[in-house]
Amino acid sequence: MPNSSSPTQARNAPRANGGPEPGRTAPKPANPADAEVLTRAQAGDHEAFAQLYSLHKRRIYSLCLRMVGNVAEAEDLTQEAFLQLHRKIATFRGDSAFSTWLHRLAINVVLMQLRKKGLSLISLDEAMEPTPEEGPSRSFGAPDLTLSGAIDRLALERAVADLPTGYRLIFILHDVEGFEHNEIASMLDCSIGNSKSQLHKARLKLRDALRSQKHPEERP
Amino acid sequence: MTGDPGKMSCAEFQAQLPELIGSGVDVSADPHLESCDRCRALLAELETIAEAARQLFPSVEPPEEVWEHIESALKREGE
Repeated sequence: MPNSSSPTQARNAPRANGGPEPGRTAPKPANPADAEVLTRAQAGDHEAFAQLYSLHKRRIYSLCLRMVGNVAEAEDLTQEAFLQLHRKIATFRGDSAFSTWLHRLAINVVLMQLRKKGLSLISLDEAMEPTPEEGPSRSFGAPDLTLSGAIDRLALERAVADLPTGYRLIFILHDVEGFEHNEIASMLDCSIGNSKSQLHKARLKLRDALRSQKHPEERP
Repeated sequence: MTGDPGKMSCAEFQAQLPELIGSGVDVSADPHLESCDRCRALLAELETIAEAARQLFPSVEPPEEVWEHIESALKREGE
């Protein structure tokens, strides 16, 4: 393909030793200062816990906001996630990165809320194993409508909001938040292959949705 | 799957995409794309979506009240 500046190509430099996915920054080794803050927070130091909040609040709040699409609810969920963190922080043993562990905790809070509301069109488990009918369409067969021009932010937000929960979660974690598949697999208790497969289906669904927005006459 | 990747069908090529995209393999150099406009367009669109996600969704700062509520709740729990 002549497009030598394609984002995939630019990002896809060969990796050695299982390094980070192309275009992504390798997870930084635990900063000794951060590790010390974590240790103090685990020992019940309130100031250290406040520092942990400052370090992670943006990512956790953004995740909640994108999952529920409502500011007030996202604030409540962020609050609940950090309250749960406070209760459980002593149990963190460092088997995964702290950020991965915290995200897993926050995801559980969000999913519990979505289940409570009954608004989730599809459960996480179902999304991880969608039936062929629920999956996005493949490219062959349909007329080829290239997404011309830049993607409009609102259009993408709408399309992401309309994704089934499991697809939305994986898309946000990988493409928006920048987590790698091994981290997502750890957060969601699934295989790396499953994470890759679901991300691909999420992108295909978004593509279908964006094409429908651009060409509403093509909707089935 | 055929032995010659250049003769791969669209279905076979697309079935590999979840593993190929982001794997370090230069998908855009795949021989199938040389002769398939449809799959080339699909790959470009998926790349566009992934790029847009990175650029269009900056992280958001929660309002100060969230921490205030957390502190109040922690005080209540500690009492």
